[in-house]
Amino acid sequence: MQEIASAPSLETIRAGLRKRRLRDWRESGVGSLLLVCALVSVLTTIGVIAVLSVETFSFFREVSVADFLFGTRWTPLLEPRSFGVLPLLGGTLLIVAGSSLVAIPLGLGSALYLSEYSSARTRNLLKPILEVLAGIPTVVYGYFALTFVTPILQRVLPQTQVFNAASGTIVVGIMILPMVASLCDDAFRAVPSTLRHGGYALGATRREVSLQVVLPSALSGVLASFILAASRAIGETMAVTLAAGATPNLTLNPLESIQTMTAYIVQVSLGDTPQGTIEYKTIFAVGSLLFLITLAMNLLGHRILRRFQEVYE
Amino acid sequence: MVDPRSLATTEEAPSSSTDVELDSPTILEARGIRFAYSAEGPDVLHGISMEIPENRITAIIGPSGCGKSTLLRLFNRMNDFIPGTDLRGEILYRGVNVYGNEVDPVEVRRRIGMVFQKPNPFPKSIAENIAWGPKINGLDSGASLDERVRRSLEQASLLDEVIDRLDAPGTALSGGQQQRLCIARAIAMEPEVILMDEPCSALDPVSTMRIEDLLFELKKQYTIVIVTHNMQQAARVSDYTAFLENGHLIEYGETNQVFTNPRQQRTEEYVTGRFG
Amino acid sequence: MNALSGDSPGLQRRRRMDRAFRVLCTTMAWTSVLILAILLLDIIRNGTQWLDLQFLQSFSSRFAHKAGIYAALVGSVWLVGLTAVMAIPVGVATAVYLEEYSPKNRLSRFIEVNIANLAGVPSIVYGMLGLAIFVRAFGFGHSILAGAATLSLLILPVIIIASREAIRAVPQSLRHGSYALGATQWQTIRAHVLPVATPGIITGVILSLSRAIGETAPLVIVGAATYVAFLPEGPLDNFTALPIQIFNWAARPQPDFHDLAAAGIIVLLAVLFVMNGTAALIRFRTQRNRPW
Ligand SMILES: Nc1ncnc2c1ncn2[C@@H]1O[C@H](COP(=O)(O)OP(=O)(O)OP(=O)(O)O)[C@@H](O)[C@H]1O
Ligand SMILES: [Mg+2]
Repeated sequence: MQEIASAPSLETIRAGLRKRRLRDWRESGVGSLLLVCALVSVLTTIGVIAVLSVETFSFFREVSVADFLFGTRWTPLLEPRSFGVLPLLGGTLLIVAGSSLVAIPLGLGSALYLSEYSSARTRNLLKPILEVLAGIPTVVYGYFALTFVTPILQRVLPQTQVFNAASGTIVVGIMILPMVASLCDDAFRAVPSTLRHGGYALGATRREVSLQVVLPSALSGVLASFILAASRAIGETMAVTLAAGATPNLTLNPLESIQTMTAYIVQVSLGDTPQGTIEYKTIFAVGSLLFLITLAMNLLGHRILRRFQEVYE
Repeated sequence: MVDPRSLATTEEAPSSSTDVELDSPTILEARGIRFAYSAEGPDVLHGISMEIPENRITAIIGPSGCGKSTLLRLFNRMNDFIPGTDLRGEILYRGVNVYGNEVDPVEVRRRIGMVFQKPNPFPKSIAENIAWGPKINGLDSGASLDERVRRSLEQASLLDEVIDRLDAPGTALSGGQQQRLCIARAIAMEPEVILMDEPCSALDPVSTMRIEDLLFELKKQYTIVIVTHNMQQAARVSDYTAFLENGHLIEYGETNQVFTNPRQQRTEEYVTGRFG
Repeated sequence: MNALSGDSPGLQRRRRMDRAFRVLCTTMAWTSVLILAILLLDIIRNGTQWLDLQFLQSFSSRFAHKAGIYAALVGSVWLVGLTAVMAIPVGVATAVYLEEYSPKNRLSRFIEVNIANLAGVPSIVYGMLGLAIFVRAFGFGHSILAGAATLSLLILPVIIIASREAIRAVPQSLRHGSYALGATQWQTIRAHVLPVATPGIITGVILSLSRAIGETAPLVIVGAATYVAFLPEGPLDNFTALPIQIFNWAARPQPDFHDLAAAGIIVLLAVLFVMNGTAALIRFRTQRNRPW
């Protein structure tokens, strides 16, 4: 015992110091390496913005911003060329509006069922099924729209075109339904049960508590889920490419063929468009618009969601 | 004198409350209540029988975890929301079993209101908080509903403080004000019984005093059952007091008698331990 | 009949509405199940007739009865493999950095917000990034490497978010126990945090890779070929992939090709099913074995 307590030799001190320096090196080296990895995602964002803006600016050297944003004819591949993006934007909005019509009521009802009515067992059965529905690749939904939904629509409404907005709308609605349901369910479950009990103690029925206590208390969370789901619908590509057609068409008739922003980008990419041509640049201009819209909606949605979570933290 | 410990262990312990002489007709009665939160779980209440007199304040006291809240929630079927519970015995409201087959729990809660430990105003305006119950139950509408809102706030002695901001959110009030709002909300339904589970435990002494004063007022019109941890409060406000321990009703009687001359030793220990 | 039976007309009406509303919500919730069932049945009904060994072993063809998904299947395997190799280390490292290292400063906050937003960027935009950077600027061409690099960036946010959750679930007491023995931060992470977090990370990784397998749009943009009559031999070869092949068949007007698409979908869904099943199994196993 005495020997251990005696002063260490100079040599052991040096060795200890060397070991420690090595360890410090390793520690800070690991930290830096991890930081570099974390910066990949920052680089991705910078890359997206840079790529989109470079080609978009070069596009706007040939086409005026006003013509692009307010023009009502989109014929970039045919003479006489025209670069008015409104038909694509309109097509996209038609899909978003229609799919919301499908997903919002179904999603809200499902979420109310999950949070207010279902037993734990049913819940544990339904939640994974919703996850499966959310995990099915979009190209599968496109196939389903084209080969199942459209024929049914055509039988019911014979004037339905082979490619039509309605069919795309329905399947995009099905695609974003799980998102609405699960975000709304989260919002409802964040509402403290003391509020529900307050309602029941006043002689309210379950429906009254659900619709008049829980839903209003979770309103901002519900709103955020709508915004985030709509943003997803805007960016959705394959289902609308397959089912809704390739006809830039400023219409409100869901039975006609239309083209969304995403479907246009796919259409151009499927052909062989050399870099530097105006066609090549158009997809970046359209892509920029798509990126900006979805970014704004996501920022808004996440901000509302954060506020909501702070209320019931 | 019965040894309380034997009471706590024997299965069919006779209730010591049956011989209580009430100076008012019975409105609510527990009859042989046994309750467990799950079929496999232990009984939380072991055969409680007691009668609640009309237009009186009845206090339920007892150590933490003895089953006070559980018993209180059984009176208006708030335990229905916990799945898998096991209840035996009867709760009679004016002679009708509240858990009977043809009874609608909504109707039960309409007549037997509840104020919770933590104030739980809805995230709506003050006025809407109060109007909501009468509205959904179709008691009132329009101008007479507004009048009811005012009357309830008045009765809950909150009106003066909020008269110029009835449209402000109920959650923006202070804790004591929120609790009086919740009382006003319960009163607005004109229930016959109001159950209160430690309504003052989240409040400061001044707010507590105000609510106690309020209870005296409310007693004229309502029957009140209040759970409290505060011995002074129980002694001050209640007419009858029930002492619960480990899910057994140890003693039930006139408040004065329970506090000054308890029949059971356990009661005396509990009451003096904190009171004396 | 008694005072509490609630027989007043008002209450009876409310009770009816309550029941109707319950039925409505229940129906809505089960609609999803119905839709899923219809979708699967439709695909199975149309696809099974084409699904045989020959389908799995043939290249695509102009003639429906000769066409198969061999090249697409192999292409998808290549893609997922390369994507995993690129995305997993970077994603897990980012998660470790954000959970264990990052100082609470502006840069960290920015990285976090940035990742949340990247998760919401439409996949087609990633395709355009890949087209401009990997295909053109880096000169990868329309190769597997370009596709995998694009998909890696696409699933990176998913891996990061899932890994962070797994790391956060590791109890603090474990870290303190390790520090109390004189371990450094990295020693603690490597020896205690990561092993405990691994099942959660694997689950997240599998789910993100199954997203990568199903992605179509970004691959179309980076120029996955729709007709490939050879197997890729290296990362710089041209390629096709399962969802691209399905898209191509579904986009043709002939019904036979639609059924081929259904057969392809069955293969794709089977792959996804196996992957998700594995993830669920891992999740289930670890939940059962956790003492906390
Ligand atoms: N929801 C529940 N599920 C299972 N057990 C419960 C539940 N609520 C209460 N218990 C148990 O029932 C017993 C009685 O609880 P109760 O809340 O009635 O006590 P209490 O007398 O109100 O206590 P306190 O004074 O602390 O509020 C306790 O042992 C408690 O753990
Ligand atoms: Mg209690």
